[in-house]
Amino acid sequence: MNVLFDNFTLFRKGFVGTVELTLAAGLIALVVGVLMAGCRVSPVRPMRLIGGAWVTVLRNTPLTLLFFAVVLGLPRFGVVLPFFTLAVLALGCYTSAFVCEAVRAGINTVPVGQGEAARSLGMNFGQTLSLIVLPQAVRAVIPPVGSTLIALAKNSAIAGSFSVVELLGTYRTLNELGYDIVATFLWIAVGYLIITLTLSAVFRILEKRLEVAR
Amino acid sequence: MSVEASALYDIPGPKALARHRTYGLIATVVLLGVLAWVIYKLIDTGQFAGDKWAPFEYVGVQKLLLRGLWHTIQVFAWAAVLSLAFGAFFAAGRLSDHRVVRWFAGLVVEFFRAMPVLVMIFFIFIAMKVEPRLALIAGLTLYNGSVLAEVFRGGVNAVPKGQSEAAYALGMRKTSVMIHVLIPQAVRTMLPTIISQLVVTLKDTSLGYLISYEEFLYAGKQIATNLDYSLPFIPVVIVIAPIYIGMCMLLSGLARYLESRRRRQHRGT
Repeated sequence: MNVLFDNFTLFRKGFVGTVELTLAAGLIALVVGVLMAGCRVSPVRPMRLIGGAWVTVLRNTPLTLLFFAVVLGLPRFGVVLPFFTLAVLALGCYTSAFVCEAVRAGINTVPVGQGEAARSLGMNFGQTLSLIVLPQAVRAVIPPVGSTLIALAKNSAIAGSFSVVELLGTYRTLNELGYDIVATFLWIAVGYLIITLTLSAVFRILEKRLEVAR
Repeated sequence: MSVEASALYDIPGPKALARHRTYGLIATVVLLGVLAWVIYKLIDTGQFAGDKWAPFEYVGVQKLLLRGLWHTIQVFAWAAVLSLAFGAFFAAGRLSDHRVVRWFAGLVVEFFRAMPVLVMIFFIFIAMKVEPRLALIAGLTLYNGSVLAEVFRGGVNAVPKGQSEAAYALGMRKTSVMIHVLIPQAVRTMLPTIISQLVVTLKDTSLGYLISYEEFLYAGKQIATNLDYSLPFIPVVIVIAPIYIGMCMLLSGLARYLESRRRRQHRGT
């Protein structure tokens, strides 16, 4: 217990860092993921290709390699940004590929007849998408996007080893200060459990709220 | 690819086709613009300069990379085999008829699934003072094994109930129902998911980099941080990334192939 109370500020800083990292990267992942999913289902071939390439490359790249390229490589390439921003970019882009696939699968679950009915009522593409297809797709998309964002929270641990302040990184300081390392890891574990369990609870509630009998 | 039926748009007519062509052109121009900027930046910051690429000509450096790649593959093989065993064991535990066993297996699986792999690897490496290679394999096994346990459990539960009922009616025991009836069917349906999880395992072997285990990415870092070659970070990424991506794509391709074959068979019968 002492480890936690003696170094509460440090733990809090790491915890907040992980939460910030997760939220910022999650936002990027959602925006880019939905955009890329839009590309992948669009009738325009070059856009489909761009979306496909984005997903294939990012899903098959180890996140550590991506961090290596973005956090250590980009600055040498003339792109100089704070470590935190670079970490958010790496995490966000990586996760966006998974979000994209979830959204695309969700759009595919909407029966073709729904869109046909909308068009026969005279709706244009924008209306069909925003009023008919997306609201139905969202329900199918929530569980996979939820697990993707939980994976994101867990993946953010890697950022700590690339000089970003986050929860896992706190062990280093505490180890140097001579605290019991097992207890330190116990509290780090508790911190991650709080984040992942909260996220899964939020998504369970969302799922319940938006559930509809088909 | 011909235009498939989609909920989003009709099969385009001549006017829509012309519009789509315009959008396609804009997308292509934007993409080419971004690529041109990247290439300009690469040249501008001297990434193609000879001294940055020189290290790859040395046999010692090539050996270093190959050894790293070999370590990566070894760790992947160990972690894959062990996590399959771990997964099978704990899936059996979660499907047990005894509440205590079920509860314990459930606790283990849920805990390791909710924990970042890296925390486990660091814990085993730092707190338990295990050598890097074993720590990496153990961490990967605990995490991927737990995920696989859930996959196995889902697969067994997805086998129609009539199958086990019929087997029990033939007088088979619990174990032999599981081994001869449920698992063969579950594995068939779950194989694509299992292989996708192995892709995750393969990708996660690169976490060994963070505990200074000499795997592929770490070998790359050793070259990239060498001052004699004026820190060739970008060339190293250009060399290493395609190899990682290629290996993972091969595995994901296999998963996709099995998935499509399973679907076809499903429809055929």
